Amino acid sequence: MVNLVINGKQIQAKDGTTILDAAASAGIFIPTLCYLKDINEIGACRVCVVEVEGCAKLVTACNNKVWEGMVIHTNSPKVRESRRNNVELILSQHDCQCATCVRSGNCSLQTISNDLGILELPFEKKLPKSRWPQDFPLIRDAAKCIKCMRCVQVCDKIQGLNIWDVAGTGSRTTVDVSKNRKITESDCALCGQCITHCPVGALRERDDVQKALDALADPDKITVVQVAPAVRAAWGEPFGLPREFATVKRLVSALRQMGFDYIFDTNFSADLTIMEEGSEFLEKLKNKEHEKFPMFTSCCPGWVRFMKSQFPDMVDQLSTAKSPQQMFGAVAKSYYAKLLDVDPSRIYSVSIMPCIAKKHECALPVMNDAGAGQDVDLVLTTREIDRLIRAEHIIPADLKEEEFDSPLGVGSGAGVIFGATGGVMEAALRSAYYLVTGRNPDPDSFKKVRGMEGWKEAEFNLAGQNLKVAVASGLGNTRKLMNAIRKGKVSYDFVEIMACPGGCAGGGGQPIKDGKEQAGERCEVLYGLDKVNNLRFSHENPSVQKCYQDYLEAPLSHRAHELLHTDHHAWKMPGEEETSES
Amino acid sequence: MSRLSIITQNQAQTTVEELYKDLERRISASPPGLCPVDLASSFLKMCHAQSCGKCVPCRVGLGQLQELMEAVLDGEGTLETIDLIEKTAKNIFYSADCAIGYEAAKMVLKGIKGFRDDFEEHVLRGRCKLELNQPVPCVSQCPAGVDIPGYIALVAEGRYGDAVRLIRKDNPLPAVCGLICEHPCEVRCRRTMIDDPVNIRGLKRFAVDHAGDVPLPVPAVSTGKKVAVIGGGPGGISAAYYLTLMGHEVTIFEQRKKLGGMLRYGIPNYRLPREELDREINHILSLGIKVKTGVTVGENPSIVELRKEYDAVYIAIGAHIDRKIGIEGEDAGGVISAVELLRGIGDDEMPDFTGKDIVVIGGGNVAMDVARSAVRLGAKRLRIAYRRRAVDMTAMPEEVEGAIAEGCELLDLHAPLRIEKDENGNVAAVWVKPQIIGPVKNGRPVPMDSSQEDVRLACDMVIVAIGQGIESKAFEKQGIPVKRGKGVIEALNWSGVNAKDITGVFAGGDCVTGPATVIRAIAAGKVAAANIDDFLGFNHTISADVEIPKVRLDDRKSCARVNMKERQASERAKDFELIECGMTCEEAGQEARRCLRCDHFGFGILKGGRIEKW
Repeated sequence: MVNLVINGKQIQAKDGTTILDAAASAGIFIPTLCYLKDINEIGACRVCVVEVEGCAKLVTACNNKVWEGMVIHTNSPKVRESRRNNVELILSQHDCQCATCVRSGNCSLQTISNDLGILELPFEKKLPKSRWPQDFPLIRDAAKCIKCMRCVQVCDKIQGLNIWDVAGTGSRTTVDVSKNRKITESDCALCGQCITHCPVGALRERDDVQKALDALADPDKITVVQVAPAVRAAWGEPFGLPREFATVKRLVSALRQMGFDYIFDTNFSADLTIMEEGSEFLEKLKNKEHEKFPMFTSCCPGWVRFMKSQFPDMVDQLSTAKSPQQMFGAVAKSYYAKLLDVDPSRIYSVSIMPCIAKKHECALPVMNDAGAGQDVDLVLTTREIDRLIRAEHIIPADLKEEEFDSPLGVGSGAGVIFGATGGVMEAALRSAYYLVTGRNPDPDSFKKVRGMEGWKEAEFNLAGQNLKVAVASGLGNTRKLMNAIRKGKVSYDFVEIMACPGGCAGGGGQPIKDGKEQAGERCEVLYGLDKVNNLRFSHENPSVQKCYQDYLEAPLSHRAHELLHTDHHAWKMPGEEETSES
Repeated sequence: MSRLSIITQNQAQTTVEELYKDLERRISASPPGLCPVDLASSFLKMCHAQSCGKCVPCRVGLGQLQELMEAVLDGEGTLETIDLIEKTAKNIFYSADCAIGYEAAKMVLKGIKGFRDDFEEHVLRGRCKLELNQPVPCVSQCPAGVDIPGYIALVAEGRYGDAVRLIRKDNPLPAVCGLICEHPCEVRCRRTMIDDPVNIRGLKRFAVDHAGDVPLPVPAVSTGKKVAVIGGGPGGISAAYYLTLMGHEVTIFEQRKKLGGMLRYGIPNYRLPREELDREINHILSLGIKVKTGVTVGENPSIVELRKEYDAVYIAIGAHIDRKIGIEGEDAGGVISAVELLRGIGDDEMPDFTGKDIVVIGGGNVAMDVARSAVRLGAKRLRIAYRRRAVDMTAMPEEVEGAIAEGCELLDLHAPLRIEKDENGNVAAVWVKPQIIGPVKNGRPVPMDSSQEDVRLACDMVIVAIGQGIESKAFEKQGIPVKRGKGVIEALNWSGVNAKDITGVFAGGDCVTGPATVIRAIAAGKVAAANIDDFLGFNHTISADVEIPKVRLDDRKSCARVNMKERQASERAKDFELIECGMTCEEAGQEARRCLRCDHFGFGILKGGRIEKW
């Protein structure tokens, strides 16, 4: 322990504590901007400077540690002036078009500027020009970038893909795609973690809200919308709604007010995924000598992009099952069109996803198996649907709970946990157990794969057969796991991967709260929903059963293959070799 | 009104003079990896400020050039903009009235020629080509990438043993380097921006001198793989050290009687005492490295035979053969090569030069080494003949100064013409041609014959020190690619050699680069070890489990550099004992605290700052 004085207050802190944390422990708040705990502690913005007696120069609180006898002032005239001046300097190179900024009201630069009461700038504005493909799912605006380097660090340290790098030097230093590549030719997984860790509006998703409004306005279009599991755990956050109030049923009500014709649940197709992927896995197990293990889940398009670009020789080990989003799209424009007795090309299929990569996935040229254009026409992120709620002037606090439409609005608890890391694995094991033994296990018997660790392992006994499974989330963890598999250090039968830490709950399309990782809390919500659901097993979903009965016949049937499975080799990642089949 | 008056500087002028000095130091401490176009544009702005404004090309042209370059930098230019820059700069070069204008234009033209692709990258893609990997100036300049801020911080805390352990992660020869490293790390030291570069080598020596015996790391579990290292110089020893730590069984094949290479057979005792060298080498060998001395690989055994017995081979034979000047009379008795002399001394064969009048030909470190050794061996008079100016010598300035202080005479601007023999065929004199210094080409001035008369330097001996060659013929015969002319072995930047018929052959150090420095040989050995480990199918990592002290936040007040002191010239010239005195504890503490910790402050904390393992 060291003794120090901050703003006249005598405090004690553990040796090795930063000035920032020591001050916080004494209830003294030092503002930060570029700082992101454990990820970005580089003291770049100089907003957190404090005065240390004996030092002529100001010291950053975020990355300097306390020592015995230190006397610190966090609000001395020198500090006040310097902090304000640094923020003014940042603002002089920031495109302060707050009224038209996606992060207005949720921008750390706006907050610190407002906090400091900066009403006018003493400097001339100088903004860099952006060159960025506006049709790419991930958009970067150089004129808004404050060069905090968080995106670089998140991609390097958490996701291990090194897409971003510092570019240029001197006054023109900025952030750009690494190795002098264009984003379109990079191996970006489109996880969107750089977006959710950006303190300002420099990084965002491509905004597709207008396309949704256009479809709603078109009388010939039948708008069918699906809501992904993880969306329900997060959509209410920006409105300040308590989690128990911001239920999916209230979101359904909002969507209905917007004018969507049919409102369905991706949980339905998550259950369908379990039927297909689970059956595929059991088939593989039967044929163990001739198959390569582990089999990998394929529902996360960020992971699929990662796999294809980083481990192309292992792509054949991905399940051929489509993601729940794409299964839903294919079913909506075939089975459901038939139920409605309409021309499937009239259906406009929208999905609400916690994800950026889904925007890319739905546009893949092969995702049109129902034969009526793209199976999913449009993907909106959780953030976009929240913006649409605001645009429609719907008052979230006044929403009443409403039910999903039938039959594709029925989902099990196994489906809802798809949104949490480990959820797909757990759901699959629940049904695999049933498919092998003919009876249901205790639904909670596979809970070992829950939790926020980046790389989890478990072993289960499936009717006498020992199954080794692993679950990873976050691409940095994923790379470690993949390398270990490749080197033969570990071996598994079945592996679930989610590109975002915590799974879709922590997805790159989810609401942003600077400095707070909310995946854990959202996962808790999803497990809570699973627990209270009367249906805990995908195979017991009556809508899924009926869909097979009336249309798909059986898992892995010919029609199921046509609609619900895909060839991962049918499209290429930038730089992916033409001959990637191993 | 007086007719004349004494010119005095006003406050502004005095301050500007100081600022010039600040800027000079700043430029010499320029960080690595800057955008060349941005720099060129900034230089241009300063050049423009120097313009008196009388003439159009300089007053207007330099400004317009700046605008054009800024347009390129802002991504608003086109390829035509680059052409216009070039055209305008040419005009200024040809039509400006004075050097302020035409030399500024010349700098721009140099840039267009030297990094046109960077200009084009800005135009075509709106960005800079560079990629910065190691932003800490000293680490980026050290070929071996030693964690310099780390060990200096350890020295400041008095943790000398940890400092040595940290150095060994990247350089297994800290004692040697503490004494004789050319310290490229100091060249761009950021401390120069405040006052002077940190005396990094001096601190390394201090750490070694005060650490006592620091145990070596324990090698990894044996891999059962065998590696042959050909050449027991600093490069070979370094490769052997790291490969042994990685669990491979290493045998060093050395042509001479003892290990050390140029450290023993090139550098005299007074710079690198044998006891220090032997202690360091023996310590490394104690890891279990096998040594076969007196073996000339290439002839017997051949590289092919060796490769059959070993899983990989590293060629680190250095550059040990002398080069001839190619003048008349070079075959005279009493003409010896520097390499020959130093090799003898390395094996303790001390010739007696008592009463001899000797001329050394050359201007590099080796020339200084033989000159100063000859003085110690009793030479009556020693002259160093060099064809360029003293300031152009490639020897380190302190070596040249040391030689002069010990009584060597410097005859710069004298090119050897021929050697005059006496009736017995021995040297009678060296004839030299006085030179006049000429134009600067590729950064070095070219001397030319002057119209002065030839000069006869009567002498008893001539020592030729004009560089070394590589004994690569035997390897070439066995399919190792060798570059024509210089005889250097061709190796890739990861040390791999594309040999005919055999795989697993690596090469590095002087035999690949031509004569260079000990730290470059060590770096080559490190690179080779990593890639040989890879080739053998492993991925061992080398690290040092040393916690680096916290940074200090005390003010960076000006404090000049502690330079190394030397024994008095008159006294030291009589023996071969170490010349240099180490720092005192007080000096080392002060010097270590001058380090600005660029691993923490500045870019180093964001990317590439500390590399904990390799």
